[in-house]
Amino acid sequence: MGGIPGLANFSTKEDLLNRVFEETESTVNTEGIRPQPQYQVEEGVLELPEFYNDVRTLADVTDVDYFMPGCPPQSERLVEVFTAIVSGAELPPKGSVIGAGDKAQCDECIREKSEDKKITKFYRPWEVIDDGKTCFMEQGILCMGPTTRTGCEYRCIKGNAACRGCYGPTPDVTDSGAKMMSAIASIIDEKEPSAIDMVLEDLVDPAGFFYRYSLPTAYIRRTMS
Amino acid sequence: MKRITIDPITRLEGHGKIEIFLNDDGGVKNVYFQIPELRGFEKFCEGRPVEELPLIVTKICGVCPGCHHMAAGKAVDAVYGVTPTPTATKLRDLFYMAHFIHSHITHFYFLAAPDFVVGPAAPKGERNILGVIGKVGVDIGKEVIKQRRFAQEIQALLGGHQTQVMMNLPGGVRKGMTEEERDDIVEKAKGFVEFGKFSLKIFEDVVLANKEYVDIILNGPYNLKLHSMGLVDDQNMVNFYDGKIRVVDTVGAELYKYDAADYREYVEERVEPWSYLKFPYLKKIGWKGFVDGQDSGVYHATPLSRLNAADGMATPLAHKEYERMYSILGGKPVHATLAMHWARLIELLYSAEHCLELAQDPDIVGKELRTPIKSIVGEGVGTVEAQRGTLTHHYWTDEKGIVSKVNIIVGTTNNNAAINMSIKKAAEGLIKKGVEVSDGILNMIEMAFRAYDPCFSCATHSLPGEMPLIVEIKEADGKLLQRITRN
Repeated sequence: MGGIPGLANFSTKEDLLNRVFEETESTVNTEGIRPQPQYQVEEGVLELPEFYNDVRTLADVTDVDYFMPGCPPQSERLVEVFTAIVSGAELPPKGSVIGAGDKAQCDECIREKSEDKKITKFYRPWEVIDDGKTCFMEQGILCMGPTTRTGCEYRCIKGNAACRGCYGPTPDVTDSGAKMMSAIASIIDEKEPSAIDMVLEDLVDPAGFFYRYSLPTAYIRRTMS
Repeated sequence: MKRITIDPITRLEGHGKIEIFLNDDGGVKNVYFQIPELRGFEKFCEGRPVEELPLIVTKICGVCPGCHHMAAGKAVDAVYGVTPTPTATKLRDLFYMAHFIHSHITHFYFLAAPDFVVGPAAPKGERNILGVIGKVGVDIGKEVIKQRRFAQEIQALLGGHQTQVMMNLPGGVRKGMTEEERDDIVEKAKGFVEFGKFSLKIFEDVVLANKEYVDIILNGPYNLKLHSMGLVDDQNMVNFYDGKIRVVDTVGAELYKYDAADYREYVEERVEPWSYLKFPYLKKIGWKGFVDGQDSGVYHATPLSRLNAADGMATPLAHKEYERMYSILGGKPVHATLAMHWARLIELLYSAEHCLELAQDPDIVGKELRTPIKSIVGEGVGTVEAQRGTLTHHYWTDEKGIVSKVNIIVGTTNNNAAINMSIKKAAEGLIKKGVEVSDGILNMIEMAFRAYDPCFSCATHSLPGEMPLIVEIKEADGKLLQRITRN
């Protein structure tokens, strides 16, 4: 999916290199030196891999046998997968997602969820004292539970942090952001467009949240300039 | 001119590449240590809500995510101008000690010990953790793995997850600890202290009792006269979580002692066209090139530099070991690169003792986990000692706490110039006319950087991994003369 480094698609190669090698406040580089794929030193030519403009997914650049989600994959899942491989059990078809569930986090979440709870405001995580047991979305704290696969054993939730989606979207989801907008629409307790706008105003950096681990797979995929 | 390429180098985190150019007479002409990767966290953290950064920067590295999480957490506190509650601060510090314990165990036993316990030029198939277990016995191997696991469990308990750490919110932490959990940590911490003492005993028995090894440490091609950087508390004792940055020069005199937020007055970074990793140096001295000595701006930030830069350790057993190391190595500061391993074990013992102190502190099970946020400053610096050197995160935000700029100077980055020079010196000492460039020799060159416990996944914020090693010795025109493969 591109993972966290996929967030680099929010900028261009030029902007990124400029920030790292010239703008950063502790860097002194008046000559505008940049690392070069080939550089002639007195003794010979030194080579570095080229830095690309685009972060692509693993499957975009190489043939993938199996996809094992998680950043990082949980150790229980690794044990299950390795055990399955060494036991000689029949493996799923090539290209399958292994070591994760097909359900959404919300389907089996350990936090309490009411039937039809609606909200009128989104909060940043530090703006509220989380009660440690109620659904984050019902407390107005953004959570990737509606779109994210199970398999992590709810470690972030148990650590009192809402899900950031590192296990990737469930099989029925083609775009995490679209799915999240639909989940958000169903929990907002406002009818008037202006009131809905007010609620959404508190939703900061939705793209950076919805595509935290998957920007190179998203419909928007990257910035153009 | 002959050319030796070691790519990728092994038993480090992330990737590195060494290019050694030889003179016609077979001696070393020059060495370049290149870092071939970059991700660019400084750029793509822009636009994110600042409280998300502690969750994003953990992905800089799978080995020391806790360091980035802590530096980020402290930077975010500063952005909001908020001081965490005493319980939150102590919980963070406790987590951090467990983080150091796990990392230092990993480095010493898994990455460094193969060179000393098994031997620097031992057959390559034995220079690994299994070779170490073969030498010291299965029971000790099990103990190493158990203690490391306990440290991981404490991190998982306090941080939510040992790798995907989610502990910090501005002003404090997300989760407290019960008395039962505390009691369990106290028991584990007692075990860490015993294990820390035991690890120093192994170092004594295996390394210090072996004249050949002591000779390599003291007189081998592994010495550089560098300035030393480290975080110290108000008594000038080593501290990992908080304090002032102290820099001592090559003869041990204090050069600077400053608030971490003022780092830009003391450190600058330069760019070379042949590496993705920048080269920091002491700003007031300036960049004088890849040279060591009192007039050079090159410094190091390692376990050894931390001990050099401090007056001692804040816990009794570790302090005793601190004094012992300097008395055996001939006083402060020590410039023997391989003594970093010894310093690392003294830090392991300190972490264990401090872990026990914190676990027994009544505040640790307190219920005041967060200081409420009332306003925003819009800029903040967070500095901790990472296992691999002083780590600084600096964030700027708008009035809503949305990140506008990020600057990061990572532990290993501090040591980039020093590592280059250490490798060159080792290569010069080991590759000479008439000496066959064997796998053992190349490993002894790698030992020069391995002492730094470098983490280039961190330093360039690039992806970690370990790969087979291929060494090619070529003529200047590219003609292959010799090929050595590992794995």
